[in-house]
Amino acid sequence: MTAMIRARGLVQTFTTRHGRTTKEVRAVDGVDLDVAEGEVVGFLGPNGAGKTTTLRMLTTLLRPTAGEATVAGYDVVREARDVRRSIGYVSQAGGAFSAARAGDEVVDHGMLYGMSRREATERGQRLFEQLDLPGLWTRMPRTMSGGQKRRLDIAMGLIHEPRLVFLDEPTTGLDPQARANLWEHITDLRARRGATVFLTTHYLDEADALSDRIVIIDAGRIVAADTAANLKAQVAGDLVDLEIADPERVPQAAERLEALLATNGTGPSAVEVDGRHVRGRVPRAGGKVPGLLRDLDRLGIDLASIEVHRPTLDDVFLALTGRSLRDAEAAAEAGPDEDAPDNPGSAPAAPSPTPPTNSATTSAGADR
Amino acid sequence: MTALTTASAPSPTAPPERGPVASFLRESFIVFRRQLRMNLRNPAWVIIGALQPVLYLLLFGPLLEPLVAEFGFANAYTFFVPGMLVQLGLFGAFFAGFGLIAEWREGVVEAERVTPANRTALLVGRLMRDELQLLVQAMILVALGYALGMRAPAHGVVLGVALTMLIGGACAAASNALALTTKSEDVMAPMINMIMMPVLLLSGILLPMTLGAKWLQTVADVMPTKHVVDAVRTSFAGEFVGSMMFWGVGWTVLLFVLAVWWGTATFRRENS
Repeated sequence: MTAMIRARGLVQTFTTRHGRTTKEVRAVDGVDLDVAEGEVVGFLGPNGAGKTTTLRMLTTLLRPTAGEATVAGYDVVREARDVRRSIGYVSQAGGAFSAARAGDEVVDHGMLYGMSRREATERGQRLFEQLDLPGLWTRMPRTMSGGQKRRLDIAMGLIHEPRLVFLDEPTTGLDPQARANLWEHITDLRARRGATVFLTTHYLDEADALSDRIVIIDAGRIVAADTAANLKAQVAGDLVDLEIADPERVPQAAERLEALLATNGTGPSAVEVDGRHVRGRVPRAGGKVPGLLRDLDRLGIDLASIEVHRPTLDDVFLALTGRSLRDAEAAAEAGPDEDAPDNPGSAPAAPSPTPPTNSATTSAGADR
Repeated sequence: MTALTTASAPSPTAPPERGPVASFLRESFIVFRRQLRMNLRNPAWVIIGALQPVLYLLLFGPLLEPLVAEFGFANAYTFFVPGMLVQLGLFGAFFAGFGLIAEWREGVVEAERVTPANRTALLVGRLMRDELQLLVQAMILVALGYALGMRAPAHGVVLGVALTMLIGGACAAASNALALTTKSEDVMAPMINMIMMPVLLLSGILLPMTLGAKWLQTVADVMPTKHVVDAVRTSFAGEFVGSMMFWGVGWTVLLFVLAVWWGTATFRRENS
């Protein structure tokens, strides 16, 4: 397979000023990336990790401070125009002006890629059909729903039929129904067009559901790149959560779980007691839980409930970086936003991309 | 023969190859047409922009009529229309950048910059819209001036309007550059006000600077726009030689070149 994206040692430094002191921030600090043709890759990381900055370098919007990258076979600095011709980019801010007609925006965009007006109109209208935007050709984006607006942005990004599509936070700010709908369209990009898709997200379930492979970035560095399944396998097993009916039997139940973990060589400290809950990570729990249940039954310990959680990408992130994605997010929000000082999405007047509560519920709601 | 031409025809997905100049003009025109379409859809600003000098002409012009003899002018409107033209060029165009900030915030500028289109064309297309708007407003102003009794030779008016277009283009380019640099209306509005107040007061737009004390005239001489107003005025009076024309044309061209260079540099800059 040919490489669609190949980056080596990408670095982007910004100078930020606090009063009189200037500080150099390495927003992206030596990123290596390989994306093969036809792959769907999720680029995952907390806000401020360097996702958007990396994306802006790959899409020729930002010149790398150091390092090199080829995208669709062209060098992002020396052959920027060839890169632009070959890629579609859907930024967080979109790209269709709210007070213009949707169809006009799409056609003009296509014409800037060198297409004739007729060609751009035909393709645009076909895209409107495929992306469930019937009858919206003459509407203003201002009057569209969030989901429609995002699909319009995607139609603009696809007007020249690029082989490689970059989607920056495609579902941020959408309601769950619109998200699910957009996921289908993103899956379609490869299924119907054979496009390579590189999408950034800070939603774990999104990366999990859409991508073949996940690249995790934290503090400007790639910390992992693998399939979701392999990444999850790195986390020591499934989380077994026992809720004990009788609070007095909790220590005994904990002992049994510890015993089970001990046979796997995991230390007893891995068992966590929280009120009536006893939790521990058990590799391949599916085969071991029946035995554990029999054990508890024999001892007369009644369970109020039992849950087995497959590891989530949040667990992976925690295992890789020592902090949960949500904590990393909170830290990034508390500090200055260093992800993309010049990115339209971070404009002060623009609404904040995601309320923290929203991202918390979605990352917790997946997989369980 | 037919088979041969069909075979060598470019595939529909490959855009036809164009020369660099042809693509540049084409891309500028696409941007221009898009901007114009949006202006026509929401013409409130164009109308307000044109109405302002018209009101000056109708409401302030009559006050000048009994006074112009003292300035050495025979006709109030031959004196006043050139000042209004320059004011239109300066003020109308300086607000062009606000629209660009709105577009930038919605990701339009970034979406355009990720296409293979020439980045200078993205600016030039916008300037073309500003120039067209200015031309239409200038025509209204000149026509109204003639209707009110202005006396000016046609070639003088053509040169005067041409100078207005150049100074307007300079302001529009500077405004767009400022917009992409500040990216905030709240920063840009006070900056423009700060520049505009002294320009309005010291350029002799409403009354000639020669009425003022010596020190005031000396201060005004430093103001490039004062020379632009003088040049447009002498041109409307039918004079085309002399130091007033020389300085006015010189400043206008210099400001235009500088502003377009600044605007181009801003649009071409990697990180904006």
